[in-house]
Amino acid sequence: MTEIIFFINQVVISGLVLGCIYALGAIGITLIFGILRFAHFAHSELMTGGAFIAFLLASAFAAWGIVTPIPTGFVVLPIAMVLAAILALGIDKGFYAPLRKRGAKPVTLLIASIGVTLMVQGLIRLFFGAGSYSFFENEPKEIFRIDTSALGSTRPLVITEPQVLMILVTLVSVIALHFFLTRSRLGKAMRAMADNADLAQVSGINTALVVRVTWVIAGALGCMAGTMLALDVTLKPDLAFNIILPIFAAAIVGGLGQAYGAIAGGLLIGFAETLAVFNWTMLFRPLNAILPDWAQLPSTLALVPTEYKLTVAFVILVITLLVRPTGIFKGASS
Amino acid sequence: MPLIELKHVVGGYGGAPILNGVNMAIEKSDIGVIVGPNGAGKSTTLKAIFGLLKVTGGTIEFGGENIANSLPDKLVPRGLSFVPQEKNVFTSMSVEENLEMGAFTRKDDFKATMAWVYEMFPVLGEKRRQPAGELSGGQRQMVAMGRALMSKPSLLMLDEPSAGLSPRYVIEIFETIQRVNAEGVGILMVEQNARQALAFATKGFVLASGQNRFTGTGAELIADPEVAKSFLGG
Amino acid sequence: MIQRSLTLFGGLFVLILVVGWVMGLPFTSSRLVEAAAYALIALGLNIQWGYGGLFNFGIMGFLMVGGAAVTFISYPINPDFWGSDGPMMLGRALLAFAIGALLVLAARQAHRVGITGKWKGALTVLAWFVAYVLYRSQLDPAAAYIESAGGGWVGGLGAHPVLGWLFGGVLAAGIAYVIGKICLGLRTDYLAIATIGISEIIRALIKNMDWLTRGTLTVSPIPWPTPLPQNYQAGGMDIASSLLLARAGYLVLALVILAAVMWLISRAYAGPWGRMMRAIRDNHIAASSMGKNVTARQLEIFVFGSVLMGIGGAMLVSFVQIFDPSSYQPINHTFLIWVMVIVGGAGNNWGALFGAVLLWLIWVISEPLSKAIFDMVSYWSTNVGWGAIPEIEARSAQMRVFVLGLVITIALRFAPKGLIPEVVKREG
Repeated sequence: MTEIIFFINQVVISGLVLGCIYALGAIGITLIFGILRFAHFAHSELMTGGAFIAFLLASAFAAWGIVTPIPTGFVVLPIAMVLAAILALGIDKGFYAPLRKRGAKPVTLLIASIGVTLMVQGLIRLFFGAGSYSFFENEPKEIFRIDTSALGSTRPLVITEPQVLMILVTLVSVIALHFFLTRSRLGKAMRAMADNADLAQVSGINTALVVRVTWVIAGALGCMAGTMLALDVTLKPDLAFNIILPIFAAAIVGGLGQAYGAIAGGLLIGFAETLAVFNWTMLFRPLNAILPDWAQLPSTLALVPTEYKLTVAFVILVITLLVRPTGIFKGASS
Repeated sequence: MPLIELKHVVGGYGGAPILNGVNMAIEKSDIGVIVGPNGAGKSTTLKAIFGLLKVTGGTIEFGGENIANSLPDKLVPRGLSFVPQEKNVFTSMSVEENLEMGAFTRKDDFKATMAWVYEMFPVLGEKRRQPAGELSGGQRQMVAMGRALMSKPSLLMLDEPSAGLSPRYVIEIFETIQRVNAEGVGILMVEQNARQALAFATKGFVLASGQNRFTGTGAELIADPEVAKSFLGG
Repeated sequence: MIQRSLTLFGGLFVLILVVGWVMGLPFTSSRLVEAAAYALIALGLNIQWGYGGLFNFGIMGFLMVGGAAVTFISYPINPDFWGSDGPMMLGRALLAFAIGALLVLAARQAHRVGITGKWKGALTVLAWFVAYVLYRSQLDPAAAYIESAGGGWVGGLGAHPVLGWLFGGVLAAGIAYVIGKICLGLRTDYLAIATIGISEIIRALIKNMDWLTRGTLTVSPIPWPTPLPQNYQAGGMDIASSLLLARAGYLVLALVILAAVMWLISRAYAGPWGRMMRAIRDNHIAASSMGKNVTARQLEIFVFGSVLMGIGGAMLVSFVQIFDPSSYQPINHTFLIWVMVIVGGAGNNWGALFGAVLLWLIWVISEPLSKAIFDMVSYWSTNVGWGAIPEIEARSAQMRVFVLGLVITIALRFAPKGLIPEVVKREG
């Protein structure tokens, strides 16, 4: 039993947390691709920027002496998401909209998004330096240890408060997004534009409005993902830059343009990464008692060494591109 | 005053103009049919009205105002609707959602209009929950027309509504168009099945090289030996 | 057009003189050598993107491969390794790799013995897994042995650095061939993401295969192909002149290679090969319907470009004399090159060359320049009583990333075809 609890701690919980973060980031990328038809690399900077906005707000709360029952990072999240959405709108207006107006190709927009990545990252580094920050300077990071001895385990089930909140918040956001896309007029218009932008325009759908809504959602969810990542680990200027590729992998594996695919892809990549570096000996150790001497399990039995954790996502990505380039949910093909 | 009146419209996609002075006038009771050889500017005329390409000369009067170069999101609420020739349904969305998208610009309750569309196309009512991409060609054309009717237009423009359909469906679509017209919606359409379409047209326009060549009622054009020889295949 | 290019190159020359005057000759001479190497790399990207329209975002991977290759060829031999069991163990790992590869190939031919469809797929996956386990079972102990008792790492071969550069090109070509075979059918943005992914895999491998590359322990000093400053100093020369003379020697070698490459590709591009490439880039479908083998040509161009990247990466590593896998970043080694080519003018070799030198200068002087500006502002703000700017050193170091982003953004908006754009010839 101890082994199973260890497995849950190491794989199920961390895979789920990572998967949630990837999924929230990938939704933004997939929506932007669906509506504007380009791979938005600067999404990482929306995430990092959003996390820094949340951090500044949380620091302000701490400075004003406001004490909250849940981690301040979660309390300020709604405000930070609004600000990040405004940031996303500003970036679009300042950098992408003029290029779209000129009729630039998607490739040009992709390169422009690299430029935005560099500028935002440069600015963040300029103001915050290259060091890392923690949301938990002024408050404790609560850790729940659930005693599982009743189940015959010597280990407790360990999960931190931010992780619990993170999973809940992701769940709520995904359900809200689902209702938005299937029930609301604007949500349906977004799906319509992703499906067939010309026809959406012909139907009289205000495409400029849809584009703005897309940036608002992408910015807000990106801020959520970035803040959560910063709450789970630490906040640094290259926070999301380092995981933008797994997030792209999640969006592509799920099928670019497919919001549900992005969620599935995010969870898939998250679990694949944790499973690939998991030391299976820890789970199957009890078998050593019944295995003959020559077949004893080695002390480490992981599919790939921990140093290669990030490459798992790329391998999945490359295999997906080769075997089923449209993703597991059929994605946009043009 | 006609519902829509084009006066010497000139336009194109930048570069040399495709339309070199098109004149047309359609009443609310009219079914206008545009015919002509390939590249004559038939579809281009519809797109010019709908703001999808640049109009550099002439006027397009609709409801007494010049609407040249207005964009669809302004034109649809004013009573103009357009059914493109290809890719005219949202394939991943259900039939009902397709219709809702047609009503995007409406702020009032559109349930009655939807019921009217389902009455007009009973098969769509049966398949309202199915993704439009799973329907047959003829049914898709109905979804596209239904979508365009959801904004309660006073003028419905159709770009080759019978293209790619089996003869049985062509007849059905043409009948539906006449029914829609009978309910008080002006029609302006481009057709390759020229003879068949002119048979019920109240106004016919033969375009060539982006200009009107012949104008008259459908019956007049069919009867005109020169039109028949040059444009209707003898 | 020509006049514009001449003016721009003249301006660049003046900029070099100014940098030389302000920052000093030793600094500037080093930067020029590096600029020559970057020009070679930018030419490689110009071939791929400007000629071929191929979106290679994995430049960093090719630079690292070139760097690893030059250490392997030109670093002195490590007798501890060759005297240990290491070579034999590596041989076994190689054998395991070969057997694994055979297994996979055999599984892919399974349809010949009647295994088809899903079963063949399952068999192929199983073969991959078995091959992977087999390889790891031999390689892991070999790596552990070499790193602990077998001399630490395999060391070099002690050959001439120029051979190392060539090997860098060859290795990059081999890897580009494999990547191209896999990825070139993909759409542009997918190709970009796939190549980034592959370059990250290459980085992870080189960083962590300590037995082969020494990983984060870094390899140095890597020998020069031309005499080092120390050689001149041994002859009694003072330090400043020895630095200059040695770097001038390196620069001359780099420029000779650059000029030769420029001449070769310009000739090829002006000929039928270049015409075909342009046709393919501008109209994929028309070119393939005219019977051109588009995929094969694209693969050719991808490999050619990557060779230049490999050689350029190797030249950079030789010059700084240290191979440090952790110093490679996508910003510095992929995006920077892209900005060079786009700002310079994609599709025009002179444009790529110009962009490379200009951007490299901007990149290296933006740090001291922003420090100077910060110092000035800080002096002023202290005087008016607002206090000094804290951590000026650290902040200035970050400015170059921002400047790079600013440059590409401005270029895309105001000169989307680059400063020296492609000359579109109307043919026939």
